[in-house]
This record gives sequence, structure tokens and C-alpha cells, in this order.
Amino acid sequence: MKFTLHIWRQEHESAKGGFQSYEVDDVAPDASFLEMLDLLNEKIIARGEDPITFDSDCREGICGACSTVIDGRAHGPGLGCTTCEVRMRSFKDGAHIHVEPFRSKSFPLIKDLMVDRTALDRIIESGGYVTVHSGPKPEPNSIPIAHIVAEEAMDAAACIGCGACVAACPNGASMLFTAAKISHLEILPQGQPEQQDRVTNMVHQMEGEGFGACTNHAECQDACPKEISIAFIARMNRAYARAMLLDPIKRRGTMSNQ
Amino acid sequence: MNYDAKIPEGPIDEKWEKHLEHVKLVGPNNRRTYNIIVVGTGLAGASAASSLASQGYNVQSFCFQDSPRRAHSIAAQGGINAAKNYRDDGDTIFRLFYDTQKGGDFRSREANVYRLAQLSRNIIDQAVAQGVPFAREYGGMLANRSFGGVLVSRTFYCRGQTGQQLLLGAYQSMQRCIHDGMLTMHPRTELQDIVVVDGRARGIIVRDLVTGEIQSHAADAVVLATGGYANIFFHSTNAINCNATAIWRAHRRGAAFANPCYIQIHPTCIPNSGDFQCKLTLMSESLRNDGRVWVPRKKGDDRAPSTIPEAERYYFLEERYPSFGNLVPRDVASRNAKLVCDDGLSVLGDKGRAVYLDFRDALKREGKQVISERYGNLFSMYRDITNENPYETPFRIYPAPHYSMGGLWVDYNLMTSIPGLYAIGEANFSDHGANRLGASSMMQCLADGYFILPQTIGDYLHDIFQDKVPVDHPAFAEHEKDVRDRIARLMAAGGTRSPMSLQEELGRTMWDHCGMARTAGGLNEAITHIDGMKDRYWQDLLVPGTAAGPNQALERAGRVADFLELADLMCRDALHRDESCGCHFREEHQTKDGEVVRNDEKFGNVSIWEWAGQGKPHVLQEEPIEFKALPLMTRSYK
Repeated sequence: MKFTLHIWRQEHESAKGGFQSYEVDDVAPDASFLEMLDLLNEKIIARGEDPITFDSDCREGICGACSTVIDGRAHGPGLGCTTCEVRMRSFKDGAHIHVEPFRSKSFPLIKDLMVDRTALDRIIESGGYVTVHSGPKPEPNSIPIAHIVAEEAMDAAACIGCGACVAACPNGASMLFTAAKISHLEILPQGQPEQQDRVTNMVHQMEGEGFGACTNHAECQDACPKEISIAFIARMNRAYARAMLLDPIKRRGTMSNQ
Repeated sequence: MNYDAKIPEGPIDEKWEKHLEHVKLVGPNNRRTYNIIVVGTGLAGASAASSLASQGYNVQSFCFQDSPRRAHSIAAQGGINAAKNYRDDGDTIFRLFYDTQKGGDFRSREANVYRLAQLSRNIIDQAVAQGVPFAREYGGMLANRSFGGVLVSRTFYCRGQTGQQLLLGAYQSMQRCIHDGMLTMHPRTELQDIVVVDGRARGIIVRDLVTGEIQSHAADAVVLATGGYANIFFHSTNAINCNATAIWRAHRRGAAFANPCYIQIHPTCIPNSGDFQCKLTLMSESLRNDGRVWVPRKKGDDRAPSTIPEAERYYFLEERYPSFGNLVPRDVASRNAKLVCDDGLSVLGDKGRAVYLDFRDALKREGKQVISERYGNLFSMYRDITNENPYETPFRIYPAPHYSMGGLWVDYNLMTSIPGLYAIGEANFSDHGANRLGASSMMQCLADGYFILPQTIGDYLHDIFQDKVPVDHPAFAEHEKDVRDRIARLMAAGGTRSPMSLQEELGRTMWDHCGMARTAGGLNEAITHIDGMKDRYWQDLLVPGTAAGPNQALERAGRVADFLELADLMCRDALHRDESCGCHFREEHQTKDGEVVRNDEKFGNVSIWEWAGQGKPHVLQEEPIEFKALPLMTRSYK
């Protein structure tokens, strides 16, 4: 197969970026999108030029590293897949394909298609965990969890933290990401003790990072490689409202780490 | 150098507990005066970093990915073993020990394996407490499935994403420690060298992958949790950035390397389908619970698989291993797939090598809904990649390099032969012998990181109380200069070939001669080829751009240079080990029906290789292995 690629090139965050065009031919239909970019990079290197910089690692849709917008869609055509899972057979032979980084004010560009998504790590840091130290723990079957409850928690926990939800959202919101973690831990009994602080802190951190708010476009759900439902956003909003209502009741301070 | 494993005295089931009674500790008030560096944030690194930080140590954690959550443990699919005996099917700690020891073909260290089996139970408890959403039965109890090489159901799982959920549990604990100010995270930072001062590990040199800056970090102890080296084959199931640089740099600074030739080739992967391919995709071994592996009995039978009648199907695993059937260990399954393809029975004909993994009978028995609940994500993954629907036509699978059992030599405390340098998870060698059983890698990583290292590291730290080497010590500047010189050399190579094409060339040699079947002749050929490549590398290589910013070609160039040196050692180890055991199959040593033949008298030991200096041959030492708790036997899955 043969394609004309228009790829976003930008030296660094404050440099001027723009599309640069490349021709690729002899692409196998079964090749993945990133394998096609690898081949293009081999050709660019052979010419002694600077290859295209992009994030990727596992190449099987689970690590969340790859992050490109293909023809205006985060992670490209098809539902429920990451950039690395897109196969070239899903494009028409001879097609022009536009490739851009995940764009968001909260994802500063590093180079070409590579962006800085550490804002998402900071949202988890603000409360996306259950505080437990390593050491002996109670027998896990002593807290039965219904099959359907565990499955629902898993639906939320499946988030790979790629940031496609942010790139797809007209408001640049990271609500699907944040809601997925809040919901995963809220659904399970283990997450209950810290629930109120978690939802408050994570939502505030998310806002502090400059992410936008949800206005129900549902673009995030379409772009999500794990097909996480926006119903979790509704769940987060409920949890947040509840936490805010309870907040005026003066609770004792949270425990420190020691 | 004396390789004392420091295995405690006493009966095997009391060793760990007795050991804990005697390890030295650091008081809670003094822990914050210690700096510990943890490199790598997979299951081992993330669990160790968060456990140490929670205990009160100052932890600096490093990973080359943009976030610690992306380490390749995330891709582990099928599950994690624990001797919980929830099914009441005869599982015990001893049986898990027995299975692991037998699965590893009696080439692992008994005391370590037994400890692993003991700690397996705690891992599940720990993960559940963190909120890892393990699959549950309808009554709310934890669910189990079976894995290869065992006769019990002891594998816990979260759909096909067990590694992801366990890693996120550990990652979230790390984020909590960052929040509490006990842990500093350095993402997009790659280790370049280990700083050893007066024989002790005192810090590391890293490259910031965004700015290209070379930095020094001092510490009281350094922990390497940097994974394995299956990417030495170029095509493997590892993430494309997985590399051996950290352990190889440590090796060159004096950490001995153990059993480098033990590499696991995983049986259920999607076959290589073209030159464009950068990696091979693994599909969980759990598929062998319900799928049946077969090839047509007749050579060149190109009928559609569904039209081939039962009598003309060769279910080679079921026929040859009636008691374990499709659930034989990975090395056995892989080797048999190779054997039938060697006999010309590949189901890809002359286009490649593959065997069928067929769900026809399971679909008939259980129905589509049950099968899709169990394996849905794997079925759709296969369909996305190959454009074939496994609900209608069998999977085509072939083995691919997956996991390295070999690694840095460590003692019972997980310390390498450099005092103060530890290796945990896949980076060390100790627990899986010559073959790892499915669902055991996560078990080992988390046992090392949550429960072993945090208990044993105090023993060393206690001894170096207030004995500090600051980052302005001249050793750091010297090491930094070495790193800068090496990078400058890579940038200046001025050849014509990309690092990827050189890695591919190396990978092909390794796959042909140091893969699933090895011979003395082939290994010697590989050694000659690699020797030539090592010389050529620094002329052939072409790295564009500059070192003062993101440069992925440069990153890869450094990794491939280290792979080249390790490949040489792997081949030499494989040549030295003149026996077959587990994954190490020397064609000279096999029974007439193709089973491995060990030589326990001569090779019932760990090969320990010492770096002797650039251009000098490695020095070989041996650690004898004991077989007290489980006497040696011929491994049979018939």
C-alpha cells in the first residue's frame, strides 16, 4: 500500500511547528500504524535527517504510551484501540493521512508527536490510591465482593492513562480519566475509608492542572481505547457533590504517612 | 571472588523466618537519613520503591518511560500464582515450590523458590487490600484458573489484564509516597552507569531523555529492577524499549551475571508475518486451558482447518503428554511446536511457521458467551492483528522470545556481587531456573519488591550508617565523563545503518543459533558473527540529530551496543552448558523422542560470569545448587 503522510514536526514547545509531508510505499496491510512510522523513520535516518519523535512502548495497546491524533481522531480510526493497534488495512490505498500529537494546554509538547502527560500522574498522586503499607493483610475472602461489583470496578480500572480522552474533548477535560480511577476505588469496599478526601482532592488537582470541564460531548468515550463509559463521570460528579455537602462537618485531620 | 548465597541454616520451611529474626534493622528515626535509588518501575521496582518509602527511607525512583505506570509488567496478561488452595484441589506451599522447582528443571536455588512459594499468599492479600479488582465468583470469593505445568488451579486474575491491575496497585502506592514526600520520581530518565566507590555501589549516572543532560545521583544503596533482555532477539514479546543496559552496565562494574543462556520462548504468540514487524504479540497462556493445539497429520495439507476430520488432526501435545496435555510447561509446548514445524507440518505452509490453537470444542461445550467472558479481549486482539476470527477459525500461533530467567547473580538477600547493589524481579536470576512457569513472574517481582528486599536491605544499610559518599566525590565526575565519551562515540560513528537494523541483524543470529534449539557448531558460528558485529558496530552505526535533546535513535544505539556484548556472553554460556535443561535445549543432548537430557553431575550448578575487562574473556565461577527439599528427578509431563 502507498500513503502520503502529513506529520506534525516541532523541535520543542516554544518552536514553531507545522505539517511536513512524506511519501511511504510498499506498506503491508497488516503492518501497524507505528510499524509504518518505524519504516518511515528508517528511511529518514538513512538520509541522515532527524527521525520523527513519538512515544510508544508495549505496542499491544496496554501501556498507554502511544499518543497520536490520526486524521483528527485521537488514536485514529476504529473504536477501542490505541495508535499502536491501528492497522494500515483500515486506510484506503493512496490515502493522505494527517498525524498530530495529543493537543492540550495541560500536555506541553516535548518534540514532534511527543507530549508531557505527567499532569495525569499528579492527579493520581493527589488521591488515586488506597493507603496501605506492605505487610500482612487480612484474608481477602473475608470481604466478599459480588461478581458484578468486581466486574464494574474492573471496567473503570481498565484505564491505561493514555490521555486520549483529553485530546478528544473539545474542552480539554480529563474527567473520564479522573472518574475512572475515582469510580474504580469507590465501587470497591477497600476504597471507602478515603473516598471523600480522594474525590475532593483529585477533582481539585484536575482543575488545578488546567483541564477543562465536561459538557457531555462524549467524545472521550469514543476515543477511549478501553471503551470506558462516561457514566463514570456522572458517578464522579455525584461523589464530588456528596463530598462537598459533607465537607462543612468538621472532620478530624487526615493521618500523616507515619 | 566468593559467591556465598548466604542461605540460612535449618529446615527449608523455617529458613526465611529464622533469617528475619537475625537481619539487622535500621530504626524508623534513622531511615530518612538514607537515600535509596530504585531503577525501573515495573512490578518489582514499583513495589520495592513504595515499600521502602513507606518504611521511611528516602527513595529516588527512575524510569525511561514518561510515567512509571507504563513499565512492561503492565502487559502481563494471564495471572499470578498463589498457594491459597481456595479450590481445595490439593495445593500447598510445598506443591507450588515443587512445581516451580520441577518447572525450572532443577536449576534454581531451592531456598529462594521455597520462600517465593511461602510469600505467594501474602501477595494476593496485599493486592486485594490495595483495591486490585481480581475476578470474583458469584458468591464474592476470589476466582482461580489453571496455568501450564501444574495440576491445580492457583492462578488469580483480572480478566486478561492482571499485570496492568497489579502494576497500577503498586504505581498508586508509589504516587501515595510521592504525595507524602518520601519518594521522588524521575520519569524519562535512563540509567547509563553505576557508580562504585571502594567496592560499594554509591549511585548512578543517568541521561535525561528530554534535555539530554547527564546527571549524577548519589545513594546508600541502588536497586535495579530493570527487567529482562529478550529484546536481544529483536523480535520478542517485550516492549520495544526493554533493554539490558542497566544490568549490563552493572555487570561491567563488577556485578556477576548468572545463567545468561536461559531464555524463555513463549508458545502462544502471533507468528511473525513480515519484515515490517517490530515485535511479536503474546496471547495469554490461559488460552491453553480451553484451546487444543494441533497440526494436520499430512504434510502440505492446505484444506481449511474446519474441514479437516478428527482422525487427520495431530493433537501433538495431548498425544505425547497425556497427563498434562495442552497444559505442559512453556518450554515443552514451544519445543514441540518447533518439532512439528521442522517436520513440515506448519499450518502456514511455506509462508512461515505456526500451529493451530483451536477453540472449536470449547465453544461447542461452553458456548460462545462463556468463552468470550474468559478470553474475549484475546480473541479480539487476535482478530485486530490478523484479520481472522478465532470464533470461526483456529488461532495460528508460534513461539516467541519472552522472558529471561538469567540475570544478575544475587544472594539470598537479593544483593548482587557489588555490595549495596541489589537486583530484583526479572533482572536477577534466582527463582526460575532453566524455565519459568506461567503466572510466576509477577509472583516473583512482587515477592521481591513488597516482602523480601524491604526486609533484607536494612542488613546492609545498618553496616554503612553515616558512611556516605556525596555526589561531589570525584568518582561521579569520572563516571560522568565515561558516559559522555560513550555517547559522543555513538553520535560520531558516522556509518550508514540505523540502530534498529543492527539490532535486527543481531536478533536474527541469536534466533537462528541461540533460540529454541542450540548446537555447539551453531553457537560457535554465532560467536564469530557477533565478534565481527561488535567491531563493525562503531563504524556501521548512524545516529542522526544531536545528543542535547530527545533522540530515540541514540537511546536505541546505546542499548544495542550493550545487547551485542550480552549476546556474546549468552552464546558462550550456552556453549559451556553442555547439557539440555528447561529452555536450554542442546540438540546433542536429547532422548530419542526429543526430550531434554540433563547432566546434573557436571551442570547441577549456576554459571556465574565475571567481567574481566574490555576485550578480555569472561571468568567463569560456579555456585553449586542443593537438592535437599526436593530430590533430583527426571522431569516428565507424560
